[in-house]
Amino acid sequence: MKVKFSRPKSLNDIETHYCAGCGHGILNILVAKVVDELGIREKTIGVAPVGCAVLAYKYWNFDVSEAAHGRALAVATGIKRCHPDKVVFTYQGDGDLASIGMAETVHAANRGENITCVFVNNACYGMTGGQMAPTTIVGQKTITTPLGREPESGEGWPIRMAELLSGLKGVCFSVRAAVFNPQKVMQTYQYIKKAFINQIEGRGFSLVEVLSPCPAAWRKTPLESMKWIKEEMVKSFPLGVIKSG
Amino acid sequence: MQKINKRKLMSGNEAIAEAGIIAGCKFYAGYPITPQNELIAYMAQNMKKRGGIFIQAESEIAAVNMVLGAAAAGVRAMTSSSSPGISLKQEGISYLAGCELPALIVNVMRAGPGLGDISSSQSDYFQATRGGGHGDYFTPVLAPWSVEEAVNLVMLGFDIADYYRNPVMILADAIIGQMMEPVGSFNKRQFRKKIEPKDWALTGAKGRPPNSIKSLFLQEGVLEQHNKKLKKKWDKIRKNEQRFFIFDTEDADYLVVAYGSQARISLEAVNILRKQGIKAGLFRPISLWPFPIKGLKKIAENVKKVLVVEQSLGQMVEDVRLCLPEKQIYFLGRAGGGVPSSGEIVKYINRKLL
Repeated sequence: MKVKFSRPKSLNDIETHYCAGCGHGILNILVAKVVDELGIREKTIGVAPVGCAVLAYKYWNFDVSEAAHGRALAVATGIKRCHPDKVVFTYQGDGDLASIGMAETVHAANRGENITCVFVNNACYGMTGGQMAPTTIVGQKTITTPLGREPESGEGWPIRMAELLSGLKGVCFSVRAAVFNPQKVMQTYQYIKKAFINQIEGRGFSLVEVLSPCPAAWRKTPLESMKWIKEEMVKSFPLGVIKSG
Repeated sequence: MQKINKRKLMSGNEAIAEAGIIAGCKFYAGYPITPQNELIAYMAQNMKKRGGIFIQAESEIAAVNMVLGAAAAGVRAMTSSSSPGISLKQEGISYLAGCELPALIVNVMRAGPGLGDISSSQSDYFQATRGGGHGDYFTPVLAPWSVEEAVNLVMLGFDIADYYRNPVMILADAIIGQMMEPVGSFNKRQFRKKIEPKDWALTGAKGRPPNSIKSLFLQEGVLEQHNKKLKKKWDKIRKNEQRFFIFDTEDADYLVVAYGSQARISLEAVNILRKQGIKAGLFRPISLWPFPIKGLKKIAENVKKVLVVEQSLGQMVEDVRLCLPEKQIYFLGRAGGGVPSSGEIVKYINRKLL
C-alpha cells in the first residue's frame, strides 16, 4: 500500500494549543512539509514570534529560537549572518510583523537578508483576545474598535505588507496567499516552498503573507471564518504574486 | 599574553572594539550615538577584514536583538551604545538573561535623564547593576578606569558571559571612551575556569534532538523553577566574580570609594592628601555587580570615615552604605556632565571629614 499522506518528520506528534479552526495548525504543517520536502530539517533554524505561534518550538522538530515581540527578523538576521549555510525563517503574526516590529521588518527586507518570512495575517491580535491590528480591515469590529475600524477617526487603514515590502530592492519575492479552501492551502504551500528555495539559492528576502482565520477572536465559527476571508478579507488584501524576481 | 600588534595610542572606544575582535567576537551590531561612535566605526573598518560580521542596525533595539540571534547561533557577539541607547537595549538584555545567552554589552555612559548631554557621567549605575530591564535578573558589570584595563575587561567579560551563559556589561564613561592612552599586551587568560562547548546553540539539528532558545515558561511552577535556577547562577557569580583595586589603604583613616574615570581622579586626590599628611586611601570596585562587598568590608575595617565620589547624584553610594552600615559615609557627586576634580575631593575631605 502506498502512503500518500503522513505527518511530516519536521512536525512533532503532540497536541497543539491552537483553537478550533485556527489557521496556525494548517500553516505549521505547511512549513514542516516544505522543510521535509526540501530535505533541510537538519539545517533549518526557525524564529518564532510573540503571539499565538509563540510555542511553535514545541511543534516543529528542528532548531527554533524565541524572539521578543516584533524582533523576529532582527534575531533571524543575527542567526543567518552567523550561519549563512543554514536555512533561517521567521514565522510572525500581524501585530508582531507590521506593528511593533515594523522597523525590524522593513530594514531586514531592505538589507535583502537571505531569510524566508512567513507572515500570518489574521487581521487582529489573536493571543491577547482580538484587538485591532495594523491589518484589521475597515469596519471590522475588534475589542479595541467596538464600532468597527474607522480610518477617518484616527484608526488608520489596513497596512498591506506584501505590497509595501515589494517596493524594496532587497525583496526578491512577495506574495499573498490564503488558506480558506484546499486549493488555496496547496497554493500557499507552493509559495512557502518557493520562498525557501529562494533562500537556498541566495536570492534575498522572501515574504509569504497568508490570510489566516482566527475564529475565537473574530467571534465566528471556523466555517464562517473561512467564508469571511474569502468574501471580505480578500477585498482589502488581494491574493497573488506581487513581486517575483 | 597576546599583543595588540605593537604598543600604540588608542581611544578607549577603539581599544574596546579591538579587544572584542581579539577576544573572538565574530558578530557586532550597533547604532550611532555619541560618545561611543569610534567604537562602531572601528568595528565597521575591521570586523569584515578579520572574518567577523558587522551590521549597522536600524535601531538599538534591532542591534541587541541581532546580537541575541548571533548568541543563540553560538557565536561571540557584542553591541555598544551610550545611555539613551542602552535604555532601548534593555528589552534585549532581559531576553538574553532569560534565555541564558552570553553576550557583551558596552555602555559608554553620558549624562541624563532623557537626551541629557554627551559629556561624561556615571548615572546609569542603578540601571546597570539592578538588572535594568524587566524581570528578576542581574548582569555582571565591569568598570574600567583606563584604556588598557578596558581591553582586559572586554576579554574577561566575554569569558564570564560564556561561562555563566549570561549577558555581561562593560560600564565605561565618556572620559574612558574618548581619552587616548597607550595600549600594549594584555592578559588573555584572566579567567581560569573551563568554558564548556556551546552544545545548546542553534546550529541545525543534525544528528541531535532540536535545540530551542526561549525564556517563555507558561506551565504553573515551571517559570519559578527557571527563576530559582537563575538565582543559583547569580549567587555563584556573587561569590566568585567580585573584583576590586586598592591603593594606599593599609594605614588609611579616610577611604575614598570611586570607580571608572572618577577613580583615576580620586587617585590623584589621595596622592595630594598623602602629601598633606592625611592618611587617605582608594578603594575602586572593578565589578560593580557583583559589588565587591567582601573586599570593601575588609579594607574599610579600620578606616575612620568613607567618602564615595561619583559622576552622579549618588548611586553607588547606596551599595557602599549597605556594605558598611557601621561606618560614616560621605558623598561627593556631580551630575549633568560635571566631574568632581581632585581639588574638590581634597577640599571636601579637609572640610567635612577631618
